[in-house]
Amino acid sequence: MVVFNVIWELSARFGLIDSFILSQPSRIWNTFLAMAQNDLFMHVGVTVYETLAGFLLGVVFGTLLAVILWWSSFISKVSEPYLVVLNSLPKIALGPVIIVLVGAGTRAIVFMALAISLIVTVLEMLNGFRGTNREYIRMAATFGANKRQIFTKIVFPYNISTLFNSLKINIGLSLVGVIAGEFLVSKAGLGYLIVYGGQVFKLDLVMASVIILSIVAALMYEAVALLEKLVLKWYGH
Amino acid sequence: MDVLEVRNIMETYQSDNGETTALKNISFSVQKGQFVSIVGPSGCGKSTLLSIIAGRMKPTAGEVFVNGEKIAGTSPHIGYMLQRDNLLDWRTIYKNVLFGLEVRKMLTPETEERAVSLLKNYGLYEFRDKYPAQLSGGMRQRAALIRTLAISPDILLLDEAFSALDYQTRLTVTEDVYRILKKEKITTVMVTHDIPESISMGDRIVILSARPAVVQEILDIDFEDPNRTPLNCRNNPKFRTYFDHIWKELSSNETITGLSGTNSIPEKEDPQEMADSLVPDRNFGRI
Repeated sequence: MVVFNVIWELSARFGLIDSFILSQPSRIWNTFLAMAQNDLFMHVGVTVYETLAGFLLGVVFGTLLAVILWWSSFISKVSEPYLVVLNSLPKIALGPVIIVLVGAGTRAIVFMALAISLIVTVLEMLNGFRGTNREYIRMAATFGANKRQIFTKIVFPYNISTLFNSLKINIGLSLVGVIAGEFLVSKAGLGYLIVYGGQVFKLDLVMASVIILSIVAALMYEAVALLEKLVLKWYGH
Repeated sequence: MDVLEVRNIMETYQSDNGETTALKNISFSVQKGQFVSIVGPSGCGKSTLLSIIAGRMKPTAGEVFVNGEKIAGTSPHIGYMLQRDNLLDWRTIYKNVLFGLEVRKMLTPETEERAVSLLKNYGLYEFRDKYPAQLSGGMRQRAALIRTLAISPDILLLDEAFSALDYQTRLTVTEDVYRILKKEKITTVMVTHDIPESISMGDRIVILSARPAVVQEILDIDFEDPNRTPLNCRNNPKFRTYFDHIWKELSSNETITGLSGTNSIPEKEDPQEMADSLVPDRNFGRI
C-alpha cells in the first residue's frame, strides 16, 4: 500500500498521470485535513446513521418475513414469483417512486437501503430455515414439540451462522443503497460529498470521500464480524 | 400388568396401484420392565408400527393402550429414540439432556435433578459442559438415551437406534443401553432388522411377515441366565437355536410371498441365495 501510494504520488508529480482527474495522495490528505476541520464528521455520521437504520430495518423485517414464509407454505408459494422478480430487479430503479412515496430526505435514503437489503435477507434466511437438518426436527417432534418450539429451539439456533452471513452481505448492501439514495436526494452524507465534488470538479473531494467511505465500510463489516464471534461464543459453536 | 397393549392395528395407504395394506391385525402386549424386539423383513412397516405406538401416526384401524388408557396423539408416557443421536451441536451435553424436558414444559428442579443423577450414574457428568462434537459415538448415543429417559417415560421405543453406529461401537452401546434400561426398569420396544441384536436384547421377539405385515410369531426368549447381558448371551448355546428359528421364520415367509406374489421374485431363483442377500452376514451371531 505504501508502494502504491508512493508510485501514485510520484507519477502525479512528474505528470505521468493527470492529477486533476486521478488526484494524488498528498492532495487527498490535504483535502481530508481541510474537511476534518469543517463538517466531515457530520457527513460521515449521516451516512453511517442512514446505513445502520436501513441495515437494522432490513435485517429485522427480512428475518420476520422469512419466518412467516417458513411458517406458512401457502404464503410462501403465493409470494415466490414476486420475490424472484423483486430480487433480480435493480432497486435503484425504484428511486423516483420511493422519493414520491416517502418524500425527498433521510427517509427516502433509508428506504432505499432497506429496499436493497430486504429481499436478499428474506431469500437467504428462508433458504437457511428450509435447509435445517430434518433429523433434528424429527427428534424434536418425538418429544412432541410444536411448530413454535421447533422454530425457536431448532431452526433458529441452527441458522445463527446463516443470519450472520446475511448480516455481512447486508451491511455492504445497505451502504450501496444509502450512497445511491444520497446521489438522488440529499443535503449531507458521503454520497452527497461525492456528487457535489463531481459537479464542481473538485475531484480531490471525490477521492477523499471515496477513501473515507471504504474505511467506513470496512469498519462496519468488521463490527459485524466481531459481533458474530461474540454471539457464536455465547451460543457455543 | 400390561404397560402396552397393541390391539388389531391395521394400516393402509394409497399408492399408485390402489390401496396398499402395510400392517394387518397386529396385536401384542408388553409387560412392565420387559424388552420386546420387533423384527421383520425390511420395508414391512416396522417403523410405521412404532410411529403408531408413539401416537405420531393414526392407524387406519385398531387401538393402542398405554397403562390401560387408549392413546390419542403423542403420549407423554412414551419416549422415542431414533437412529441418529441428533444431539444439537450448539448445546452442551447438559443442555441437550434437558431438551426433552424443556419441550414438554416439564423442567422443574426435581426433573433437572433426575437428569443430573442420570448423567452421574451413566458416566457423563464430567462431560456435561462439553459439546456433542467432543464426544465419541457411544457416549453421544448414551446422552441421547438420557435425554429420552429424563422425561421419565413409561415406555421407550427404539427405532433402529443403533444401526448408525459402527459394529464395534454398536456392541458396546447395546451393552450400555441394556444395562441402563434394566437398572431403570424401563419397558422397551425395539424395532430392528438385525436378528442377533433382537435376540441379544429381547425378552420377547415379535416376528412380522413381509407386507402386508402380520404377526407371524411371538417368541419368548429365555437364556436361563440371571446375569444375562447382550454380549454374554451371544455365546449362550441357545442363541444359535433362536437365531435359526427366527431366520427360518423370516426366510420361509420370504419364499412364500416370492412364490405367491404377483409381481415379485421369479420362482427359479434359489431361496438360499435370496436369503443370503437379505442378511449380508449370517455369522453375525458368532463372535
